[in-house]
Amino acid sequence: MPNRSLPRVLDRTWNPKPRTSTVRSTGPYPDVMISPTSIRNFSIIAHIDHGKSTLADRMLERTGAISEREMRAQVLDTMDLERERGITIKAQAVRIEHRAPDGSQVVLNLIDTPGHVDFSYEVSRSLAACEGAVLLVDAAQGVEAQTLANAYLAIEAGLEIIPVINKIDLPAADPDQVAGELASILGIDPDEVIRVSAKTGDGIDDLLDRIVRDVPPPVGEGDELRALVFDSYYDSYRGVVCYVRVVDGSLSPGDSLLFSATAERHTAAEVGVLTPLAVPVARLGPGEVGYLITGVKEIDRIRVGDTITHPGTSNTVPLPGYAEPRPMVYSGLFPSDGEDFERLREALDKLRLNDASLVFEPESSRALGFGFRCGFLGLLHMEIIRERLEREYNLDLVATAPSVAYRVTTTDGVTTEIRSPQDLPDRGRIETLEEPYVRAMIISPSEYIGTIMELIQARRGSMNHMHYLSPERVELTYDLPLAEVVFDFFDHLKSRTRGYASLDYEPGDYQASNLVKVDILLNNDPVDAFSTITHSDKAYLYGKTMVERLRKLIPRQLFDVPIQAAIGSRVIARETIKARRKDVIAKCYGGDVSRKRKLLERQKEGKRRMKMVGSVEVPQEAFILALQVDTEK
Amino acid sequence: MLPDSVELAEVAAEWSGVYVHVPFCARICPYCDFNVVADRDSLQERYERAVRSEILAEDAWRPIAAVAFGGGTPSRLHAQALNAILEAVGARFGLVEGAEVSLEANPEDWTPDLAEALIGGGFNRVSFGAQSFDPVVLGALGRLHEPGDVEQGVADARRAGFKSVSLDLIFGTPGESIASWQATVEQAIALDPDHLSLYALTVERGTALSRSIAAGAPSPDEDDQADKYEMAQALLAAAGYLRYEVSNFARPGHACRYNLLTWAQAEYLGFGPGAHGHRSGARYRTIHRLEAYLEAVEAGRRPEQGRDRSDSWHREQERLMLGLRRAAGVVAGCGGEALENDEWGQRLFAAGIVVRRGERIVIDQPLLGDEVVRAVLALPPVEC
Repeated sequence: MPNRSLPRVLDRTWNPKPRTSTVRSTGPYPDVMISPTSIRNFSIIAHIDHGKSTLADRMLERTGAISEREMRAQVLDTMDLERERGITIKAQAVRIEHRAPDGSQVVLNLIDTPGHVDFSYEVSRSLAACEGAVLLVDAAQGVEAQTLANAYLAIEAGLEIIPVINKIDLPAADPDQVAGELASILGIDPDEVIRVSAKTGDGIDDLLDRIVRDVPPPVGEGDELRALVFDSYYDSYRGVVCYVRVVDGSLSPGDSLLFSATAERHTAAEVGVLTPLAVPVARLGPGEVGYLITGVKEIDRIRVGDTITHPGTSNTVPLPGYAEPRPMVYSGLFPSDGEDFERLREALDKLRLNDASLVFEPESSRALGFGFRCGFLGLLHMEIIRERLEREYNLDLVATAPSVAYRVTTTDGVTTEIRSPQDLPDRGRIETLEEPYVRAMIISPSEYIGTIMELIQARRGSMNHMHYLSPERVELTYDLPLAEVVFDFFDHLKSRTRGYASLDYEPGDYQASNLVKVDILLNNDPVDAFSTITHSDKAYLYGKTMVERLRKLIPRQLFDVPIQAAIGSRVIARETIKARRKDVIAKCYGGDVSRKRKLLERQKEGKRRMKMVGSVEVPQEAFILALQVDTEK
Repeated sequence: MLPDSVELAEVAAEWSGVYVHVPFCARICPYCDFNVVADRDSLQERYERAVRSEILAEDAWRPIAAVAFGGGTPSRLHAQALNAILEAVGARFGLVEGAEVSLEANPEDWTPDLAEALIGGGFNRVSFGAQSFDPVVLGALGRLHEPGDVEQGVADARRAGFKSVSLDLIFGTPGESIASWQATVEQAIALDPDHLSLYALTVERGTALSRSIAAGAPSPDEDDQADKYEMAQALLAAAGYLRYEVSNFARPGHACRYNLLTWAQAEYLGFGPGAHGHRSGARYRTIHRLEAYLEAVEAGRRPEQGRDRSDSWHREQERLMLGLRRAAGVVAGCGGEALENDEWGQRLFAAGIVVRRGERIVIDQPLLGDEVVRAVLALPPVEC
């Protein structure tokens, strides 16, 4: 179990201890030329909870990369949040050494990948730095949606796949069945599948040997440097730290470097490898994976996915990157205290350094003041960012209803993308309104097909494909509006299938839909923070839910406050907060003067913390509670 | 003079008052958060001596226009003790001609002998804790008397010569129906009192009532209380009682002077344990716990326990906070003008909750008055 009292690994890794500077001043760093033939770069890809992090830890322990004393569960998951949620957000690279069966010493670079569907783009960018992938499947759970999605990503990236079944020590393990599933997907012999228990360490040596045998060594082309920035990290002492994969040539401290996407030049201040402790080296040769520090502190100046070369090189063809992250969900984030706007901007800037998928632009709301429209990969990503802003940057935030990006074509023939309901033109000017669809893949025990189909129908989906992995397990592919998937679809899918179904999805096309904008009016004034774009069939439900919630959340005022949900000028739901009728202290005599005054002073302060929306006082928490996503519960 | 007259409201600012706190009770009512003790009647003699010596040791002051004995239950003291304390007040400060001398009494304590003895000692006003005429409600409020005791008490007080008789009623007790409350008000009117105080049952922190509500018992309902208040106000107006403060109604000439002076921000001295006073521009209080109070006085110490200093703006806000409780309202002054120029204040004027009448501002919807006071307290300081 994670032990939160332990220091975070990154703190240890990047602790700018005198050790580092002493080494630097006395130099030289180890300058060991590693032949690409003795390097293997690989990732572990798996469905969430199939034991990826435990396997990585076991490999590190087995190869002596970390001692037993340093060992703790899931070393590669470094952020507190990841450890709490048991998921991996940030890719990270660790170099481990392994003696191959023929007695040669091999360098294995393990590049970690995230395990949640929201972060699949980070998987693809980690894979861009690898030649092989360990495809890990839980022996009791079998192949799941992300197993397949990740396998397809690895195949597209041209990686050698090493199929592995984990948790063979579980009583419910059925490795033969799972090997059969894997074999049918990958078109291999079931005997090729390696069986391990990351928990007990069983089979780990076999796996390491198989990685050495099957993952192709990197192949460089010539002496001129090309390196891929596959991740970056902001360290408050060292500035921007890049994770790089050297493809051709070599990278040394002191090198002048050209970053091709930004066309900026920086000098390599330090290069090194992670063991997982940061160890500076004199150079990173072809095929090697490590880190690069240039001293750049500014957030936007280094782009993940960029190619680094030496200026004046003839080797200028950029390396193939990976799928660019594309935000799927947008939400406005506003500081509860308007004074915190700049602090929020700084915090978002910092988070973006380690999270290229986070996009944001300033937004202003009549109800909430100044904030940012932020784009996220999914709801989990949104929650994580919000929690990090609140926890690590001590910000108190209000978030508006999450929305996907719609595409609107106006009568003048211009098509634009709408990321906020406020940006939607008047209805009369809209020619077509389109919404993004996804291709969703669900793997489930076949007994739940009926209930899954019902859910899909309620979510406006259509079936594309059905395939039996085995008589008991089925793979279903659907086209669904993204807006129907991102919010609570997975929760519903899980509850309908008793937790057995798994889900993955990838972006599809935009399709025209019967979409409407629902406004919520408080005392006849629309409150922009509560507006939403939704399918007309769902408009009433949204409107009714919101007005009912707000009636309960907003305290009675000195006058009746109508709350309405409306599409244009048509009211679809209405509630009224009845005026307050009694608000007076019954007794106030000579003995009470000071005490009653203090009571009223306290109440006055409470009122000051309310937001004035028109003439209505709305408690801060009403925004948060009204906009909680579970609108169907 | 009318009970709600502007003149009386302002004249009261010049009066001086004395408040005597009598903490003894037969038992503590579940809603009560005053400074009270039960089962401590054995301390009554020490209490009487201590209060008298506290009064006699007080710095000389002006003659007193209103003396109020409150509690607790003043009627748990013997008439001799009450009279002796009153005598000390007269001896030390003097009473103005026609001064109001009032005590609170529980109906079950009241006897013809007690009433006559108090008249002999100089008392002229009594306020009975009637609370309700519904036995079920009385039970819920933890009261020990029966409805009939009130009728008897009023009759005895009249016969003995009390010039002003008042009844306290509580409305909005959970379980009290509208009909029950209407009957209570009508029975109270039938006893022909000069004055009535109608209090919405309020849940105070630390009381048995608040604990039982926290444990799931029903709590008073604002709308129910508003309905009952409005009904009572109409019944009382029809019977010739006019509202002169949020919770107080009187026939002409019977507004309680002691109350009027506190809302006019006038000064008064407080004696007894946990009493509050207001003298030389400062509010102070005496030692709260009965035994500690007695020990202090017996040791020859002044039992003051705390004192609030306040600047002129603080006092201006307080003048509005207190004065606005009255039907007569308050001279606008610099604080009232600041309220008229304030954004929050303007919303309340626009809503008709507070209105300007000549040089005065008045709360026209007394049930919503606290919002006006909060707006006053939120005003930035003004040089007056």
